[in-house]
Amino acid sequence: MEIPYTVSARRDTGLWNAKVGIWLFLASEVMLFGGLFSAYIFLRLDAGPGDWPHGLLNVPVGTGNTAILIASSVTVVLAWAALKMRDLTKYRIYMAITILCGVAFLVVKLAYEWPQKFDHFGAFIKEDALGKYEQYLGNKHLLEKGLPPRKEITGHLHNKEALKDPNIKEYEIALDPINADPTNPAMDRPHFWPKPATEKIATIEKEDVQYANMFLPKHSAYFASYFTITGLHGAHVLGGVLVFCYMMLPASTRIYRHNPEHLANRVEVAGLFWHFVDLVWIFVFPLFYLL
Amino acid sequence: MNNPPDISPVEHETEEYAHEVRRHVRGYLMVGATLIAFTIITVALSYVNFGTQKANVAVALLVATFKAGLVAAIFMHLSAEKRLIYRVLIFTGFFVFGLFWLTYLAWYDPVHR
Repeated sequence: MEIPYTVSARRDTGLWNAKVGIWLFLASEVMLFGGLFSAYIFLRLDAGPGDWPHGLLNVPVGTGNTAILIASSVTVVLAWAALKMRDLTKYRIYMAITILCGVAFLVVKLAYEWPQKFDHFGAFIKEDALGKYEQYLGNKHLLEKGLPPRKEITGHLHNKEALKDPNIKEYEIALDPINADPTNPAMDRPHFWPKPATEKIATIEKEDVQYANMFLPKHSAYFASYFTITGLHGAHVLGGVLVFCYMMLPASTRIYRHNPEHLANRVEVAGLFWHFVDLVWIFVFPLFYLL
Repeated sequence: MNNPPDISPVEHETEEYAHEVRRHVRGYLMVGATLIAFTIITVALSYVNFGTQKANVAVALLVATFKAGLVAAIFMHLSAEKRLIYRVLIFTGFFVFGLFWLTYLAWYDPVHR
């Protein structure tokens, strides 16, 4: 038995099956990401002054990844248009570019951005010990300027064993530029180009530290929401890439030979999902990287 | 600017159709270029101080909403879609606003207000 309305539209709705299906699915996706974004807003607005980190992510890399996703949204729509014009070769080329863009996005995220975070260290200083580390925090300078205080010292942890060994009483950190030169007005706002940790080493006593860890999800509400949302988004990118790969297989070419509109409809539906993934990233990028 | 019409089975109309699709393709390319331009604008604006942090957040979200609107309207063909899709989306919009409102409700304190 042939399934009806896979290619032609139902007369009453004007839609074929998959189109209705994908929009119902995207509606559920809106609720899924909506829940996470609303949790993010809640955590962020409830964070006290100085408790929400700024400038910890690599903005040029994030901007590049945004451009990659936008480009892939264009190529997937071009792949679909090529099918509509019955040009299978062009379709394959655009689809391949789309897949490459998706893979590039994931590689940047998983092989560069995330590992770099896992290798970075931050120590939140206890309220009553903030004065002791004033040379790294520059809070008097920030107070004069009416800026929120700094409570965390970040950089490259030299003695990683200090994280696990209770007998080691202090952390040795090669400071990030912001903590190496905290009263420099250039450090008041995050930089576009990220600067590597300096040569300046600070020793921080564990008893002055409220909480310290690498930049992992458990480091802070900020990184918990960052890894959750970008992780879920990355899983969607991976899903999209797999579907696009399927659409390059001989099975899909057979569908094209049988009825080109059938494959065009499939590509359109997968494209709708892909645009949604792009759309989510359009909000993720400013919220996590820029603000 | 949206869904190109279905391909015509008649030979002489096919050429006209191809021309139509090419016009759409130009539109898609322009939207892509606009989106990338606005990405750069978003980044640039984040280094401008609009007075308060809230103002900066508002500006960034405004630009993001505009970009998302372009993606939804042109790439996802929402500017001319069938009625049933709009109905589904109206429901979704209603519930997602409800969700955000619940978050807002979390700050409501009937005891100490």
